[in-house]
Amino acid sequence: MSAPTTQPGGETRPLAFVSAQALRERMHAAVNDPHLRTSFRGAMDFLMAKRAAQFPDESELTSLRELSEGIRQYSLSKLPDLLEQLETNLTRNGVHVHWAETPDEANAIMLGIARRHAAKLIVKGKSMVSEEIEFNHAMEAAGIGALESDMGEYIVQLAGEKPSHIIMPAIHQTKQQIARLFADHIPGVDYTDNVDALIQIGRRVLREKFEEAEIGLSGVNFAVAESGTLCLVENEGNGRMCTTVPKVHIAVTGIEKVVEKLEHVAPLFSILTRSATGQAVSTYFNMISGPRKPDEKDGPEEVHLVLLDNGRSQAYADEQLRKTLQCIRCGACMNHCPVYTRIGGHAYGTTYPGPIGKIVSPHMMGLEQTHLLPTVSTLCGACGEVCPVKIPIPELLIRLRGEAQSKPHALPAMVGQGAGYDRLTTFVWRMWARVYGRPGSYRAFSWLASRFRMFAPSQQAGWTAARTPLTPAPRRLRDMVRNRR
Amino acid sequence: MSPRDRILAKLRAARPAEALPAPSLDAHYDPRARGESTSARAARFRAGIESFHAEVHLTTDAEWPALLARLCVDKAVGTLMFGADTPSGRRLDSAIFAGTALRPWAGQIEDLKADLFHRVGAGFTETRGAVAETGSLILWPSDAEPRTLSLVPPVHFALLDARTIHPTFFDAIRAENWGAGMPTNALLISGPSKTADIQQTLAYGAHGPKELVVLVINAEGETQ
Repeated sequence: MSAPTTQPGGETRPLAFVSAQALRERMHAAVNDPHLRTSFRGAMDFLMAKRAAQFPDESELTSLRELSEGIRQYSLSKLPDLLEQLETNLTRNGVHVHWAETPDEANAIMLGIARRHAAKLIVKGKSMVSEEIEFNHAMEAAGIGALESDMGEYIVQLAGEKPSHIIMPAIHQTKQQIARLFADHIPGVDYTDNVDALIQIGRRVLREKFEEAEIGLSGVNFAVAESGTLCLVENEGNGRMCTTVPKVHIAVTGIEKVVEKLEHVAPLFSILTRSATGQAVSTYFNMISGPRKPDEKDGPEEVHLVLLDNGRSQAYADEQLRKTLQCIRCGACMNHCPVYTRIGGHAYGTTYPGPIGKIVSPHMMGLEQTHLLPTVSTLCGACGEVCPVKIPIPELLIRLRGEAQSKPHALPAMVGQGAGYDRLTTFVWRMWARVYGRPGSYRAFSWLASRFRMFAPSQQAGWTAARTPLTPAPRRLRDMVRNRR
Repeated sequence: MSPRDRILAKLRAARPAEALPAPSLDAHYDPRARGESTSARAARFRAGIESFHAEVHLTTDAEWPALLARLCVDKAVGTLMFGADTPSGRRLDSAIFAGTALRPWAGQIEDLKADLFHRVGAGFTETRGAVAETGSLILWPSDAEPRTLSLVPPVHFALLDARTIHPTFFDAIRAENWGAGMPTNALLISGPSKTADIQQTLAYGAHGPKELVVLVINAEGETQ
């Protein structure tokens, strides 16, 4: 399989979760890839401009953001009750509801359903939770095909990659790369980099699969407790295909996606599409409340919902960290992130890249694997400013840095607390705080620093890799001010 | 304990002592509940859905079947599939559809999947209403008009009564009390299917219809 890839590190296989050490190397490789940087810079500028055009009225945006934040916080404050209400109403509507604490449990549930139906092919609508649990691999390991049908996801799957953006999965690929990919992998297809032609090729290939697949899989954007309704947002129609044409529909989602009332969905849907892709509305908003009824002529005969925890209940247990779960997965934070724009989505090595990935992944994977993630940030605050549900992302990044770097203790709020703890670093910062926290010691230190400035090292770790060394000034500011009087 | 009970127990142990007050949506939506006329609302709907590449025709209750017949010929749809057991479906008469084969939906999808995917050129459906703010059609597919009619054929013709257009999606949910009971499937449709997944270049006709054609009746207002 030839896989044209711009992935740092050069892997052609789907990404495994990466260690902290590897994360540094991947970021380095990404920053040094001018092609990748151009792709992301262009795409992010485009998405930022489109979002801005959707919110010409600042006061409307403010009102909608406050309302959306309020709805998400209200829903989370009643989360266990709403989940039970959702389960009751979905069950009444004929939907089978399953619960999974871990990715393995979720995959086992879905594999069981697939086996019961002797399924050979599962056709998939876009679902980040299915990426989070490595669903495709679990099915393929069991000999069941799992085919992505969202155009971007299909491209990424053909390339043996993972999505580099939660909304636009193939944003790192150019049309020429995609043209090559299609010509190499799809029988009878010649090279063309005409985008319309490429989409029509994808349409033709995937339409056969919608007809053929026994099971359709989808994610969920909002689950409505009062009516037992699963809502899906999409443009392509593949989500409708996956949830309508095969005999079985399985929806998989995180436990945080539930809202109480159907009307709560209206503002969230509006701010989601506008924040994500700068569209006033998506082409389809698909509300599913049950399987085909006896007198109905199409739709799945069986509908399943798998509710996944995977660390979400850990975030829920802490009042501050709970805000992580307000997320509606629009991707605006990554579109506006200076770090994401420069390193792209693959460098993070997590299913969810960018600012939201940095605050949600530590709960899913533990801080042992992710303790460096919260430091992959300039704390510029852009993510928090654009977040449609006002998640204080910079504040949470600082909190997670604290959790990762502080000395391990008995009652941690998170799995892996203290994973980034280093005695020397802690000692150095403690000394710094002691010196800078007292006027007398600070004066003495700065006097010594200016007198002995010639001893400043010429090699200063990462700083001097691309800059001249830092040297204390020959005279302190306080001395200069005193002399001017 | 089952995974379900463990998850719920963890959430129960951690949830706030009191739920937060319910959010008020009215404050945000009130200023928009415009007392606009049907024709003004239809115009806003039209501008919205046209911006998503849909084709809109204003017509009348008497004339829409003939217009539909003409559009089928213009677009060379070949076969038009529809639900025969609806007020509008009953008005599709092969006498006026010269050059187009009228095929009422009959049977379960399993029986006609191959035709639906490969031989039907267009689907026709009624609509339940629309949303002016975004230019979205509201469809509640039913046993009479299955879901795939508006999804699988390359062209989707939709009939809309302008008097059923709501200012916003929120207004539609509120006014018709959707929360009290939803059909198996409900949809908002805003234009033909599309994607920008290749280098942010917009392309129409991704997996669903390549064309969406809306026939609007009663757009002149409350004259009837």
